[in-house]
Amino acid sequence: MSASVTAEAGAGRGEAETSEFLVEARGIVKKFGAFTANDQVDLAIRPGEIHALLGENGAGKSTLVKMLYGSLQPTAGRIFWKGEPVVVTDPGRARDLGIGMVFQHFSLFEALSVTENIALALPNASDMNALAARIASVSRDYGLPLEPRATVADLSVGERQRIEIVRCLLQEPKLLIMDEPTAVLTPQEADQLFLTLERLASEGCAVLYISHRLEEVKRLCHASTILRHGKVVARVDPSKETAASLARLMVGADVHAIRPKHARVAGPTRLYVDQLDLPANGPFAVALQKVSLELRAGEILAIAGVAGNGQSELFDALSGERRVDRAGAVVIEGEPCGHLGVGERRELGAAFVPEERLGHGAVPAFRLSENVVLTRDSIFADAARRLLGFLDFRAADETAARVSSAYDVRKGKPDPEARSLSGGNLQKFVVGRELDRKPLVLVVNQPTWGVDAGAAALIRQALVDLAADGAGVLVISQDLDEIFEIADRIAVISRGALSPGYDAHVMTLEKVGLLMGGAHGGSEAIEGALKLREADGRAY
Amino acid sequence: MDQSALLAVLLTIVTASTPLLLAALGELVTERAGVLNLGVEGMMVMGAVAGFAAALTTGSPHLGILAAAAAGALLAVPFGVLTLNLVANQVATGLALTLLGLGLSGLIGERFVGQPGVRLQKLQIPGLTDIPFVGPLLFGQDILVYLSIVLAVVVSWVVFRSRTGLILRAVGDNHASAHALGYSVIRVRWAAVLFGGALSGLGGGYLSLAYTPQWIENMTAGRGWIALALVVFSSWLPSRLVIGAYLFGAVTILGFFVQGLGVGVPAQLLSSLPYIVTIAALVVISTRRGRARADTPACLGQPFVPDR
Amino acid sequence: MRIELEKRPERSVLMAWASPVIAVMATVVTGGLIFAAIGKPPLQALWIFFLEPFSSLWSIEELVVKATPLILIGVGLSVAYRANVWNIGAEGQFTMGALMGGIVPVFFTSWQSPLALTAMLVLGILGGMLWASIPAFLKIRTGANEILVSLMLVYVAQLLLDWLVRGPWRDPKGYNFPKTVNFEDWQAMPIFGGGRLNLGIVLALVAAVALAVLMRRTMKGFEVRVLGEAPRAGRFAGFSSDRMTLFVFLLSGGLAGLAGIVEVASTVGQLQPNISPGYGFTAIIVAFLGRLDPIGVVVAALMLAVSYLGGEAAQVALGISDKAARVFQGVLLFWVLACDTLILYRLRIVRSAPAAEGV
Repeated sequence: MSASVTAEAGAGRGEAETSEFLVEARGIVKKFGAFTANDQVDLAIRPGEIHALLGENGAGKSTLVKMLYGSLQPTAGRIFWKGEPVVVTDPGRARDLGIGMVFQHFSLFEALSVTENIALALPNASDMNALAARIASVSRDYGLPLEPRATVADLSVGERQRIEIVRCLLQEPKLLIMDEPTAVLTPQEADQLFLTLERLASEGCAVLYISHRLEEVKRLCHASTILRHGKVVARVDPSKETAASLARLMVGADVHAIRPKHARVAGPTRLYVDQLDLPANGPFAVALQKVSLELRAGEILAIAGVAGNGQSELFDALSGERRVDRAGAVVIEGEPCGHLGVGERRELGAAFVPEERLGHGAVPAFRLSENVVLTRDSIFADAARRLLGFLDFRAADETAARVSSAYDVRKGKPDPEARSLSGGNLQKFVVGRELDRKPLVLVVNQPTWGVDAGAAALIRQALVDLAADGAGVLVISQDLDEIFEIADRIAVISRGALSPGYDAHVMTLEKVGLLMGGAHGGSEAIEGALKLREADGRAY
Repeated sequence: MDQSALLAVLLTIVTASTPLLLAALGELVTERAGVLNLGVEGMMVMGAVAGFAAALTTGSPHLGILAAAAAGALLAVPFGVLTLNLVANQVATGLALTLLGLGLSGLIGERFVGQPGVRLQKLQIPGLTDIPFVGPLLFGQDILVYLSIVLAVVVSWVVFRSRTGLILRAVGDNHASAHALGYSVIRVRWAAVLFGGALSGLGGGYLSLAYTPQWIENMTAGRGWIALALVVFSSWLPSRLVIGAYLFGAVTILGFFVQGLGVGVPAQLLSSLPYIVTIAALVVISTRRGRARADTPACLGQPFVPDR
Repeated sequence: MRIELEKRPERSVLMAWASPVIAVMATVVTGGLIFAAIGKPPLQALWIFFLEPFSSLWSIEELVVKATPLILIGVGLSVAYRANVWNIGAEGQFTMGALMGGIVPVFFTSWQSPLALTAMLVLGILGGMLWASIPAFLKIRTGANEILVSLMLVYVAQLLLDWLVRGPWRDPKGYNFPKTVNFEDWQAMPIFGGGRLNLGIVLALVAAVALAVLMRRTMKGFEVRVLGEAPRAGRFAGFSSDRMTLFVFLLSGGLAGLAGIVEVASTVGQLQPNISPGYGFTAIIVAFLGRLDPIGVVVAALMLAVSYLGGEAAQVALGISDKAARVFQGVLLFWVLACDTLILYRLRIVRSAPAAEGV
């Protein structure tokens, strides 16, 4: 970071209460067609302040920051930079002003090197060797180790985020926008990130921090603005609030606690995976290595892990979208089925919900009734007419209607196309479609990824209820809050290897974090870390 | 084989390879930006007829070259409007471009059928061109041959060493990220599509100005499709494209040479050699699956709609 | 000023019907402009081109004859494209169908029974399937691009036919013309009435109805649509992309082969180097104009047949090149693809562009 920024920072920090705002948005309105994403939003951030922007999925946070960064233009309202009105015409203009942004879905190029990725954000970087040297020095200074010549495709999620941060730091920003930065990190990596951000703030750089993880907001942020349905509903000092009070402000009502289910009965084995190996099926994919697990009736087994560590490969192997030669590697309801396809596994009583709703769990251009047929072809191919395989549209319609009403799927017309539904409603439909079949085994990948709190609560409750009714439920999730909320046992996947499943009562965030980092086997390192961080006050 | 026969074969290989190299270079740049333009055949044949007509009416083969490039780029315009601005399916639009180009060139070229054309002159440097064997090969080609080699070097340098090329590759690898960083995906792609059209037009122009200086309907005879296959074969690397184009030229010309030796093979079999070789090349390159996948521009063929 | 696309939440049902109509009207306007540009009276030319074919019984019959191969090929392609499998080598499969079916009249000239015709049709289908199985097999086994392979095989098939009719299969009594013996009696398609209307159109309509039922009501049709729309969801449903690739190639190739043998056993009457005015490529336009729906393809095929007949009529009446028909076909496909955008997007004209995204 340059000397000039540091000097300014000193001034800014000394009189933080009285000085002007670094950036101010006044009366911002953004409409997409008839939909108002931002409605008269005001936001003001001081130099050196870590400012939280809170809100549910769909509250308008991303829309607001995209306007600050010039990716979108406001329909009405003004933006002031150091008191002067500015029009942020495009991201290049934002960077000229001194605004840097780390995107939630990284804006990286897999086929390019770290240096090339960074050069793309620096309009004047032409000498790649000089840039590589600068990258090395900045990444060393801020404790963000990076190899400038590495190709992004080969890097982990944490490393990719470091590229994004270093890319911003090289532009010597005065405001750094971070969109859900810890969603993809292990707790330990997140701790390292907080140190970096605190150091930046102490140097005078303002940080706009978007998150729905309230504990970390409480710990890190100096101020906050809370959005609900596109409007500002509160401005509070997060350190003076509780996680529950912040959540209430975000959602506008008390968040439903999941009804505790009655005591777990260890029933018969529903799903058994034995030493499952699966080779990587692409240059950048993960191979599964000797994955073993046992899922019993009446329990929820959660698999935690950082994205890209083999979760989707594990899902494909369990669902039968990818088969293995050894039948005994996957056993559903006592039936070895590693070699069987997804339809045959469904007939054994299994059901699956993939991570990607549009394009995997549902066909975007198909109506809901048609999407019902996707996972139960055997039912609709009327037995008498099986030879030609005619479809029973009335049964499909009835099923779609039944699922929609049972799982509160809100839609504009009776049988809309899947793509017209909101994320939460479509997820309720996709989960409901499987639950409607009363499965004995349910494997679900990221059950509430990107859905609103109401839908998430409904889905989690449905999973808990399903287990209580005697099914085995396997939840693959990156959301540790979710895992601790509903799981009976927790295992962690890291680089394609799965840890043993630990009882949820004895697991802590730290232990999960260490396992995410690859420290398998419950060694002393974990025990040591456990003791160190014991009294952190996290109520899990 | 005596030296003069060998020289004749080598010279023919150069002229057979050049149109492929030109068209494939253009398509390589287009595909690096993430756009799959299957209309190469149509743009080539339009280049051929425009080049021929311009050279015939003005008497200048060089104006013919310019007209060929302009015609190719012009035909790429509707493709750009449809696929870039109206996000139409790139495969179908490319096919439409080929059908349109073949029809339009036939209509325009009808009055040129049977007319002798203007041949692009070969270089004649006293002293150098006269060196036996090496002279005509290195210093006695027409300017488009040299241009095609120079362009290959330039394209290679621009794509991998310049900032322009970095942006081009970025747009082809991840258009959403490029957009998020403030690059105009549509503009970059427009430039790449027009460049691809111009070079395809040049490749077609070479056919009617140098390869066989006359206008024959459908005279590209599938070379546009072969150029598309060459791009896949080259793994999107200009250097490998030069090798591929010349290998390809060599294989097809050697077929005719074998026929010249009096081996009793039907002419049709030899004529089908380029197509069969193309299929074989595609099979070989595709079998090395892992590598080929990693080289493919990740956004190839995918439409891009910016959110606003 | 620029045009922005605004995504509709759902497909517009209105536009799905209107878009082919708009495309045809735009093509007619474009056609008028082209006629004016080449110095022909635009209105008269348009009349001859697009409306005169409907003016007499003879030309309506001829329209149906021309539409027959387009329907047969087009319905097969519409299913393949729905599955997102790009068979663009129908012209080659057409040629191979004609060639394989031609084995019967060439080698068993004296075999005269309904069975001979049946054998020809079956061989024709098998010939098209055989040729189509090559790109399918190479795609599945090696990942080779099916677009390029199927297209390359068009040239190979045409050269093979060329060699056969000039060499081994040439009619010894044909005065050295490159052609085989004439297909006669039970080795030609039965004729309705006195013109050229033949059994082929019945086969074409049966194929169209059968595929319409397949696509709308059966599991197989559902499978085609799922794999075409969202391959990942198709795998999740337990469908196999590889088997689908083979299925649609065999289906579309077989139908193109059938079209080939029907054509040579009716209007052409023999094998010769040129047996098709590009039906295999025109059928691609037919498939898209018919919105990849088998019934839509029937309507579209009749419309494209008009361009063939109109082209001939315009050449006779106004001296307009028959190449003009090919230009119209290309222009039509462009307009069809452009108008299809309206089904999923709304166009908005925006004045004074904010500089965020150009063009």
